[in-house]
Amino acid sequence: MKAGICHAAGVVALVLAPISAPAAPAPSDVVYDEYGSVAESLTGAAGDPVKGADVMANRGLGNCVACHLVSDLDEVPFHGEVGPALDGVADRWTEADLRGIVANAKMVFPGTIMPAFYKNEGYTRPGDAFTGNAADGPLDPLLTAEQVEDVVAYLMTLKE
Amino acid sequence: MLFRTMTAMALVLGATTAQAEGPELVINGEIPITTRAPAPEHMEYVREVMSGWEFRSPETQAFEADDFENPGMIFAEDGRTAFSQPLGDTDQSCASCHESPETLAGARAVYPKWDPEREEVQTIEMQINECITERAGAEAWGYTSQPMTNMSALLASVSRGMPVNVAIDGPAHDTWLQGKEIYYTRYGQLELSCANCHEDNYGNMIRADHLSQGQINGFPTYRLKNAKLNSVHDRFKGCVRDTRAETFSPGSPEFIALELYVASRGNGLSVEGPAVRN
Ligand code: HEC
Ligand code: HEC
Repeated sequence: MKAGICHAAGVVALVLAPISAPAAPAPSDVVYDEYGSVAESLTGAAGDPVKGADVMANRGLGNCVACHLVSDLDEVPFHGEVGPALDGVADRWTEADLRGIVANAKMVFPGTIMPAFYKNEGYTRPGDAFTGNAADGPLDPLLTAEQVEDVVAYLMTLKE
Repeated sequence: MLFRTMTAMALVLGATTAQAEGPELVINGEIPITTRAPAPEHMEYVREVMSGWEFRSPETQAFEADDFENPGMIFAEDGRTAFSQPLGDTDQSCASCHESPETLAGARAVYPKWDPEREEVQTIEMQINECITERAGAEAWGYTSQPMTNMSALLASVSRGMPVNVAIDGPAHDTWLQGKEIYYTRYGQLELSCANCHEDNYGNMIRADHLSQGQINGFPTYRLKNAKLNSVHDRFKGCVRDTRAETFSPGSPEFIALELYVASRGNGLSVEGPAVRN
């Protein structure tokens, strides 16, 4: 009986946990200020910079190094030069700016080549990832809210 | 920070100088290839056009200087064999109407081109299929099939060194405009246009790739990466796919228009196919 109560309490805690954390806003509900910055964490929590570094380097995730040099990620091969080097980026931008740049860089740099990572509609001929086929159904953003926060947390470590 | 910026500038300047004084391509010691030329007048944002050859490593560049080293020429030779073989079960071959591939020298340089009878812009693949179906009465070849790409490699090879000179005025103009619009449209979930990579960023590295101007004067190209000949529309398809977009199909009206437009951006460069790329 005692064990039964404990067990039940455990289940309640598990169910409650996700409800008590605020749900991430849908990409279209993210609030950008007039400079394209996003003040609130998309998850309501701080990201994990270690995971963020992996998202930056991973071809299947952010693949940020395809366009940006990040000296801190020296062990990752082939950094591109389409965008500016991100060394010292935390000295130039606030956390809110960086969140806006990662979520939708077009809000900060109109017309930029940099893809919007937390956006999922408004595309021309959206495809099903890299298959070349039409997307079937609504798209997920390129990165989840957690991954955006992880990347922001990592970018905040890039000080000179 | 300052130091890094200066290093980056030195690298950029270095690259520019190296390209300006870069090596020149002469095939078999006898066919000089124009790999850089003043941009055609219709181009607004680029002053000089450059063959993809300019952006490849010296090792890859060297393959093209000698037909015995150029793996693409093996396919052009297969095309030469096919040139005089019967098409389907007919007794006609290309050679029934065209004495030799050399009599078609110059054709590659002006395609895609307006066909007044069909009232449409035709790529060289479409012209080849018109000959096969309407003149010889045989069955069409697949647009990006091996026999087709071999034949287009043969036709390119006999035009090497001649300046690309596709017409963009007159009846072809509407198709050209359509191609231009496609070139500047940002497709897919990455929202990238051809121009984002090949006009705004040629010369830059994108991950491990050195971005060229995306010129098609060297097509079909033999790519070391997939060890085969690649047709223009296959390449377009790959680039559109890489934007996480739904691609167009080889032979589609969209890719025909895009081919005319991209070809016109290379007016003045030499026909160079079958070129070697990585
Ligand atoms: C296809 C190219 C491309 C990709 C991929 C890309 N960026 Fe960018 N990024 C740019 C460009 C170009 C700029 C400069 C803004 C402009 O003028 O367009 C930029 C600007 C930035 C800036 C501001 C830098 C500064 O010093 O002002 C940050 C931060 C940034 N990007 C982070 C990222 C992160 C993080 C990712 C991956 C999650 C990423 N970028 C992916 C092209 C890219
Ligand atoms: C995300 C970047 C990107 C976009 C967008 C892109 N390409 Fe490319 N393209 C590349 C890369 C990388 C290569 C291989 C290196 C090179 O030649 O530039 C390439 C190669 C090519 C080549 C082969 C050039 C040669 O000499 O072999 C052609 C042609 C080409 N692209 C055309 C296009 C067209 C047309 C579009 C738009 C429909 C397009 N590309 C969009 C990245 C891109």
